[in-house]
Amino acid sequence: MRKAKSAFLGVIILFAIWVMLTDTSRQELIFGGATALLIAALFHSRLTVLGDIRLNPKSLLYMVIYVFVFLWELLKSNIDVALRVINPRLPINPGIVKVKTSLKSPLGRAVLANSITLTPGTLTVEMKNDYFYIHWIDVTSDDIEGATKAIVSHFEKYLETIFG
Amino acid sequence: MADTIYNVAAIIALIGIVFTFVRMLLGPTVADRTVALDAMTIIAISVIVYLGYYLNRIIYLDVAIVYALMSFIGVVAVARYIEGKK
Amino acid sequence: MELTGSIITLTGSIVLFLGALGIFRMPDVYNRMQAGTKATTLGTVLFLIGVSLGHPGCGCQGKIFILIVFILATNPVSSNALARAAHTAGIKLTDRSVKDDLKDDTETGEAK
Repeated sequence: MRKAKSAFLGVIILFAIWVMLTDTSRQELIFGGATALLIAALFHSRLTVLGDIRLNPKSLLYMVIYVFVFLWELLKSNIDVALRVINPRLPINPGIVKVKTSLKSPLGRAVLANSITLTPGTLTVEMKNDYFYIHWIDVTSDDIEGATKAIVSHFEKYLETIFG
Repeated sequence: MADTIYNVAAIIALIGIVFTFVRMLLGPTVADRTVALDAMTIIAISVIVYLGYYLNRIIYLDVAIVYALMSFIGVVAVARYIEGKK
Repeated sequence: MELTGSIITLTGSIVLFLGALGIFRMPDVYNRMQAGTKATTLGTVLFLIGVSLGHPGCGCQGKIFILIVFILATNPVSSNALARAAHTAGIKLTDRSVKDDLKDDTETGEAK
């Protein structure tokens, strides 16, 4: 079941990329669909990571909300960085802190790490076991719990529903 | 009016490329140079897409996509190299 | 429509410029990555959206979309790989840093 779902998602994603890259005449669509099926059939053992995505209405809704939460954070982080850069005194207080994640799925963790990198003042440096090591441009909290609350909590709520 | 604003935007992006280039020349470590090169590539991708529209050559878009792909692979390869060099 | 697109493009290019300035001014490689990754990602996304809004008649919005998704997905990955490599290779944080949990944990053997 999990394998079938990941192969199905793989075909959908590959076909969507094909449609966007080429025009939509009939031969192109048939050829692209056939290629997508072939690739998904050949590499189905590598695609199982996509099986972490849950396909129910609640998770799809959360995906849409997550995109907007993410874009908002990206905008905030850019304003934050811009203000630091144009300030002549360069107000930074950097350091590497350790935070704990409760996500289990590898794909979910990858998405979380990428989101952390693009949100205000944080950059994922290393992942070990359940811990992320994060370079924080303005360290305001000294212990693991405080840093976890400040950096990962607001994403985990959505990602737990989407990836489990 | 709009054309002028587009041109000004492209020029501002190009001035940005100059700053990253200076950092690439100065950068004390390999990692600094790679960060600067990565940023330079991505700004260059924006400018390539703009040029594609400006000169009416849609093929430049494909160039930008391939350039993005190559820069990603290149940065990851350099990262592997730095990691193993220690 | 064209004017909206051009203003979005101008915003994007200013963000790109500030990112480049950040790369130039920040004191160490990790802070440079912070400025570089965030600003180039948003700057490129805005720049491309603005350019494609200003020229609607070419039928290649799909390619722009692919490019935007690709940059959003790969930019943080490459900077993460580079940050990890820099830390493994022992490139130091700036003197203004307050703490380095990863270095402490590597020395005590906790981060294995």
